[in-house]
Amino acid sequence: MDYKGDLVQDSIGQLCPMPIAHLAKNMRSMAVGQILEIHADDDGAHADIPAWCEQTGNEFLSKVDSGDYFTYFIKKVK
Amino acid sequence: MEENNKAVIILFSGDMDKVFAAFTIATGAAAAGMDTTLFCTFWGLKAIQKGNLTGNGIMGKMMGVMNRGGLKRLNPSKFSFGGAGRIMFTKMMNDKGVSPLSDLLKTMNELGVHLLGCKMSMDVMEIKREDLIDEVEDVVGVATFIKEAADSKIQLFI
Repeated sequence: MDYKGDLVQDSIGQLCPMPIAHLAKNMRSMAVGQILEIHADDDGAHADIPAWCEQTGNEFLSKVDSGDYFTYFIKKVK
Repeated sequence: MEENNKAVIILFSGDMDKVFAAFTIATGAAAAGMDTTLFCTFWGLKAIQKGNLTGNGIMGKMMGVMNRGGLKRLNPSKFSFGGAGRIMFTKMMNDKGVSPLSDLLKTMNELGVHLLGCKMSMDVMEIKREDLIDEVEDVVGVATFIKEAADSKIQLFI
């Protein structure tokens, strides 16, 4: 399902742990309730982004196939 | 941040590959909101040294030349080939877009990872506080590590 990201993170070409490091930094700058949209083509990200959400108590909304990469939507809960 | 949401990693090795593992895990822990400490001791001090020559006495100075620190001088634990392995590994990682150790160090700092140096091994190897990079918060002993480790959910020795 598609959402509208309040902030878009371009992690295309990045490998572990950079997508997660940038995600953490971006989420720190956002307000509760806002949505972060991440574009990533690292095959590890499909597991790492939901794992990060579970670990930190934020909400993983969806993963969308965008062709050459995947788009992930996560919502800041706390 | 939750109470007791801490991670502590001892970096004992000065091998490039193991430093990579330590930096990556520390970045991941800090990214997950954990209060993360990287405690560098013995060969692991190389990862937080500026890279200048060190040592006071003859032995210490020899050690300073043969075991010179700095992220750019770290060799992999296998296929070192007297430095050729480092160049090969660095090239292979660059080609794949893996962030270099210097970038990981910067990211760790941005995420608030605490860097500590082990005072005892610094004394043995004649490495001074000013030989360590400015990001190092403190030089401490085993009691500090135990206190942090006892309070941490993750404790690793690399």
